[in-house]
Amino acid sequence: MDPLCFAFRLGVHLHQGFTFLHGSHLYIPPARYLRMPAPIRLRELIRTIRTARTQAEEREMIQKECAAIRSSFREEDNTYRCRNVAKLLYMHMLGYPAHFGQLECLKLIASQKFTDKRIGYLGAMLLLDERQDVHLLMTNCIKNDLNHSTQYVQGLALCTLGCMGSSEMCRDLAGEVEKLLKTSNSYLRKKAALCAVHVIRKVPELMEMFLPATKNLLNEKNHGVLHTSVVLLTEMCERSPDMLAHFRKNEKLVPQLVRILKNLIMSGYSPEHDVSGISDPFLQVRILRLLRILGRNDDDSSEAMNDILAQVATNTETSKNVGNAILYETVLTIMDIKSESGLRVLAINILGRFLLNNDKNIRYVALTSLLKTVQTDHNAVQRHRSTIVDCLKDLDVSIKRRAMELSFALVNGNNIRGMMKELLYFLDSCEPEFKADCASGIFLAAEKYAPSKRWHIDTIMRVLTTAGSYVRDDAVPNLIQLITNSMEMHAYTVQRLYKAIFGDYSQQSLVQVASWCIGEYGDLLVSGQCEEEEPIQVTEDEVLDILESILISNMSVSVTRGYALTAIMKLSTRFTCTVNRIKKVVSIYGSSIDVELQQRAVEYNALFKKYDHMRPALLERMPVMEKVTTNGPTEVVQTNGETEPAVLETKPPPGLQPTSQANDLLDLLGGNDTTPVIPTAPMSKPASAGGELLDLLGDLNLTGSPASAPTPAPQISQPPFLLDGLSSQPLFNDVAAGIPSITAYSKNGLKIDFTFERSNTNPSVTVITIQASNSTELDMTDFVFQAAVPKTFQLQLLSPSSSVIPAFNSGTITQVIKVLNPQKQQLRMRIKLTYNHKGSAMQDLAEVNNFPPQSWQ
Amino acid sequence: MIKFFLMVNKQGQTRLSRYYEHVELHKRTLLEAEVIKNCLSRSKDQCSFIEYKDFKLVYRQYAALFIVVGINETENEMAVYELIHNFVEVLDKYFSRVPIMISCLYSNNNVSKTT
Repeated sequence: MDPLCFAFRLGVHLHQGFTFLHGSHLYIPPARYLRMPAPIRLRELIRTIRTARTQAEEREMIQKECAAIRSSFREEDNTYRCRNVAKLLYMHMLGYPAHFGQLECLKLIASQKFTDKRIGYLGAMLLLDERQDVHLLMTNCIKNDLNHSTQYVQGLALCTLGCMGSSEMCRDLAGEVEKLLKTSNSYLRKKAALCAVHVIRKVPELMEMFLPATKNLLNEKNHGVLHTSVVLLTEMCERSPDMLAHFRKNEKLVPQLVRILKNLIMSGYSPEHDVSGISDPFLQVRILRLLRILGRNDDDSSEAMNDILAQVATNTETSKNVGNAILYETVLTIMDIKSESGLRVLAINILGRFLLNNDKNIRYVALTSLLKTVQTDHNAVQRHRSTIVDCLKDLDVSIKRRAMELSFALVNGNNIRGMMKELLYFLDSCEPEFKADCASGIFLAAEKYAPSKRWHIDTIMRVLTTAGSYVRDDAVPNLIQLITNSMEMHAYTVQRLYKAIFGDYSQQSLVQVASWCIGEYGDLLVSGQCEEEEPIQVTEDEVLDILESILISNMSVSVTRGYALTAIMKLSTRFTCTVNRIKKVVSIYGSSIDVELQQRAVEYNALFKKYDHMRPALLERMPVMEKVTTNGPTEVVQTNGETEPAVLETKPPPGLQPTSQANDLLDLLGGNDTTPVIPTAPMSKPASAGGELLDLLGDLNLTGSPASAPTPAPQISQPPFLLDGLSSQPLFNDVAAGIPSITAYSKNGLKIDFTFERSNTNPSVTVITIQASNSTELDMTDFVFQAAVPKTFQLQLLSPSSSVIPAFNSGTITQVIKVLNPQKQQLRMRIKLTYNHKGSAMQDLAEVNNFPPQSWQ
Repeated sequence: MIKFFLMVNKQGQTRLSRYYEHVELHKRTLLEAEVIKNCLSRSKDQCSFIEYKDFKLVYRQYAALFIVVGINETENEMAVYELIHNFVEVLDKYFSRVPIMISCLYSNNNVSKTT
């Protein structure tokens, strides 16, 4: 039900003196003192129930009363039916079943007495809906009552129909409603308008029926009718774009509404419609909302309403909540239509004023609206940044959340340091439900705008120490990748991490990162070379102590233990004096209960014994990891002013997979998805001896020789979902608006679709994702997709998701192509497809010319 | 759009409830209990709009009575806040000292619905 019409009904209409029922505003039945036990009155019932002290007592009373009511219904007693149903409705409201009263309601509706009808219709509204079959029986009654001589009865019928009418009922009675919409009786007209809203909602096809009647609706003086008409028009415009266009052009709706609104504002005090000094604010809000719908995406309408919006915005009194409610609606409207910039600035300033207001509600509302507008009017919102940041310290949870989201949206290269300080402080003090979101937000912001690597690492460490248990799983691999990329910071980082976990192993993510780093850079730690900070003196034994205690600690989850064990192993090549100790630790864990640890320990043991000659090569320093975006546009990661190679510019040697599976020494069980695994640099399987070692170790990556001749036969794993975290998901959408996808090739059951993405930051790059599907009954195996482009383009083909296309369109192969098109020429591509199908090798060449212009312009 | 309109006292007993879309009976009591819990736990200097599941609650306290309205996101929260106050003012005008005359509330809701 529409709320403002409800208010209107109560507030304004009652003011006009609803005389008929005014006298009997309390339901007190005529004072008849009967000798037989008459059913108790509703008031008595309510009083009795309120005296119940426990739920059980209440239930008992209600059951007793229900039994009495039921027997009374059986006696078919007309005099008290009304009273009984009223009590039944009360009990229904408290939550007890009352379905046996449905038929009684119908009987009441059919009666001639107004009091009976009234309760009957109320009961129908509360108890019946289209789920019950009984409701259809009402249709005839309602039809008769719609044509009744008394307007109040007609009103009752309209109310009920508008509340619970099903589609069948609406269809049958729509004609009557439409007739009533045209009467001169304003009481009926307004009810009919509301009923029409319901009819349209239920049966949208009937909308055209009400169109002629709407022509004169806005000419009424009566605010009730005006209000409900505006609701009706709003509903019609929202539901059907044709109606919307019609109203804009033919009906000159906007000028009419503007006129009405102007009258409302300009007219003096009118006691009937006044709410705290403002004339009928509910109607004003409604009109503003309809104006918003009319003005959206339409220049002419927007222009016509510019003046009135400015007027409302400046003239409305803001001392009371009412005025603010109207201003809020005005701001929303200004933001939504195609308003001129002056008006927009005015709107944002109003929001800024709201932010400074003491009333929480207004601040909340302002923050919500600013969040909606920050994408479009970024600079204007920036001006209010300090106020927004202050709201982070507010006591109210909803306000804090809004302020946090808005702060993240406002972070940019200039204010990153200041904002980050505030956000970190917020992270310290906020409720746990915010910490995860806040931490992710901070990571993203830091990644985009970090002024220096050291700052970035410091920030991430700060987050891990304060909210380590709330960060998402992909934060760990992200951080590790970041650390490996910043070569000169290794010593500093490992030192800080060591200090951070020195006494405290509870924050799992922190411990994981720290153990990984200690494993990698332990030698730097022990040698005490640190330029950025005071070097600390640490011995090899102390480091091993820490790692061992992590292994033993109850707080460590098994993933963390895995990290620690591997770190210890790596140190065997980096440390000189404690190799024996390491050997001992590793052999102890060879009999650990945890299968993962056990396997690792056994394999490490093997490294010590049988393959000792390979150990140094295996455990060498990790090379710099490439940051991979699995989907989405490539973005040059603008951290710290140093050039991070954008993914596009590096050309990994063919046959290597940037999105390779979890490689490394950590994941010897292969494809263990639950462990957050560190993605590595392009993997290459050396075609050297030690093949047995490789088998033993499974997917082990010998990264000692990154430039070694690649022997393909890559094992394609499912795109590691963990790497999704690596793809920089921008806080706000950097991708150009959706470019239509095309079917590039479709023949012999093989269909290849291209979908496009482009980045606003690098417009000469187009990322094409191809999807190959197979509608025949046999699989296509060994599928290879090759593409060639004209000389002015550069092409990079990433590895496909698999080489088998299953039959019957049950699966697809996905592959990503990156095209660099600096001269913005029309995209053309020649593709070559080879695959095996039905036992024979197939090959085809095709040209793709139907690229949509948005993909290359 | 208004989803529901509740009047609940401080002890959590529902005095009045009006649902504008179909909600199962047993779900109603659950809903009311949770909603009241949320509202009662708010302090005075927190704002009157709570985000609950997929709609918003706008609540207002009058002595020992809470009026809670559940709305969806298309609705202007502040206008609804005013609406609540308007409703109470009207009741006040008719029955004076609204919080005490709750027993009549049902009956006059009876009346108001049919106006």
